Amino acid sequence: MTGPNSGERESPTYRHIRVVLPAHLKTLAKVTGEVRLEVPEPVTQHAVLTAVEQRYPMLLGTIRDRYTFKRRAFIRFYACEMDLSNEPPDAPLPEPVVAGAEPYIVLGAMAGG
Amino acid sequence: MTGVRVLVGTRKGAFTLTSDGARRDWAIEGPHFAGWQVYHMAGSPADPNRIYAAPSTDWSGQIIQRSDDGGKTWTTVSNDFAYATPTTDHLWYDGTPRPWEFKRIWHLEPSRTDPDTVYAGGEDAALYITKDGGQTWTELTALREHPSGSTWQPGAGGLCLHTIILDAADPNRIYVAISAAGAFRSDDGGASWLPINKGLRSGEIPDQDAETGHCVHRIAQHPSRPETLYMQKHWDVMRTDDAGGQWREVSGNLPTDFGFPIAVHAHEPETIYVVPITSDLMHFPPEGQLRVYRSRTGGDEWEPLTSGLPQSHCYVNILRDAMAVDTLDDCGIYFGTTGGQVYCSPDGGDTWTAIARDLPAVLSVEVQTLP
Repeated sequence: MTGPNSGERESPTYRHIRVVLPAHLKTLAKVTGEVRLEVPEPVTQHAVLTAVEQRYPMLLGTIRDRYTFKRRAFIRFYACEMDLSNEPPDAPLPEPVVAGAEPYIVLGAMAGG
Repeated sequence: MTGVRVLVGTRKGAFTLTSDGARRDWAIEGPHFAGWQVYHMAGSPADPNRIYAAPSTDWSGQIIQRSDDGGKTWTTVSNDFAYATPTTDHLWYDGTPRPWEFKRIWHLEPSRTDPDTVYAGGEDAALYITKDGGQTWTELTALREHPSGSTWQPGAGGLCLHTIILDAADPNRIYVAISAAGAFRSDDGGASWLPINKGLRSGEIPDQDAETGHCVHRIAQHPSRPETLYMQKHWDVMRTDDAGGQWREVSGNLPTDFGFPIAVHAHEPETIYVVPITSDLMHFPPEGQLRVYRSRTGGDEWEPLTSGLPQSHCYVNILRDAMAVDTLDDCGIYFGTTGGQVYCSPDGGDTWTAIARDLPAVLSVEVQTLP
C-alpha cells in the first residue's frame, strides 16, 4: 500500500493503522469510534503517534511530551492484548496492527479507589 | 448593563450561569469539557464573547480552550507552555532541590483592552503571555529567574502562580502571587520583578522578615485605588496602600483569619469580602457555619453575612479563585464551594441564594457583566 508520493522512487510505503483513543481525547479531537491513519513504514509507536498528532494537532502534548516524546505518566499503549507502554518507541508494532487487523490502543491508566 | 454570565470551573468540567440584572432566575449550561478539571475560566473585558478556559487532567495534562461566542462553542488553542530559558531547581516540600516542571495553568488574566492578549499563571511557578488569542504562549522569564527563585517552595497545592492583577492605572504594572513564594510586582511589563512582602508575618517560615517564602492565597485590587491591595494570606488578612511597599494586618475581629479568596466591592473600594476557614488543617468554616465576612472600612472591622447561607453542618471550602463580583449598580457577589454550590448575593452581601447546587467541586468563579 502506498501513500500520496508513491510515484517517487524513495517514497515510503504507508500502512492503514487503526487507533483507539480514550474518550476524553476523542471529544477533544471531535471524533467518534476508531480513527484510521496512514502511517509510513516502519510502523512504530512513534510513527503512529506522530501521525495522530499531525491529523489532530489539538492532541499535541496530551499523550506524550511534545518535545521529548516521553509518554505521559498516566497514559498507556496497548495492542494485541499486550502492554506496549514501556517498549522502545521505535520498535516495530506487532504485525496484526501493521496489517490493520488489530488497533493500537491509547488509554488512560486505571486510577481511582 | 443587562445581565451577568458566571463562569464556573469545577473538578469535572465547566459551567456557565446566566441571568438578567435582577439575578433571580438563572440558566445553567454545561458541563463544558466534561471530565476535565477546570482551574480557571476568564472572559475578556474588551470583548465579553471572548472567553478562555484552562482544562487539565492528570492523564492528558493541560489544554486551553477559547470561545468567541460567549461560551456556546469552543476551540482548542495552544497548550505549549514551555519554559523559555533553561530551568534550575526550586525547593521541594522537604527542602531538597527539585527541578522546575510544568504541571498546569492555575489562572488566566485577559488584558483589559485587547481580547487576544492573555496572561497565564502556571505551576511550577511561571508567567506566560499570548498576544494572538492563545495560538502561541511565551514565558516572561524574569519572574522565574528572580534570584530568590531557587528558594521558592510549594504550598500544599503546589508551586503555583495563582494570582495575576493587571494594574488598572499603569499598563506596565503587573502583580502576581505564588504559593508559597509570596507577592511580586513588575513596573515594566514583566521584564523585572520586585518581591513585595514587607510586613507579612508567616509562622511557617523561620525568618518572619524574609523577602520571600510567604504563602499568599489571593490578592485583590479596586480599579479606583490601584495603590491599595488586599491580601488573604495563609493566615492573616493584609492591606497595603503603597502598591506592596508595606503591608499591615487588617484581620481585626474575624473569627479566624485563615482563608483563600478575597474580593472588593465593585463600587466601594473600602468594602471587602473574605470567607473565614477554620485552619490550614480544617478546610471548612468555623462551627460548620458558612459565613462571608464584609468590612466596609477596608479591614479591621468585620460583620458576618449569613442570610441564605447554611448555618449548620456545612463543611465545604471556598478556594482562592472561587469568589468574584459583578459591576451592576447593585454589586453582586458570587462564590463557589467544594460542595458544588454557587452562591450569589445581588445586594452586596446582605442576602444570598444558591444559584447552582450539586455541581462538582468548584475551583473557580468569575463573573462577566454583560452590556
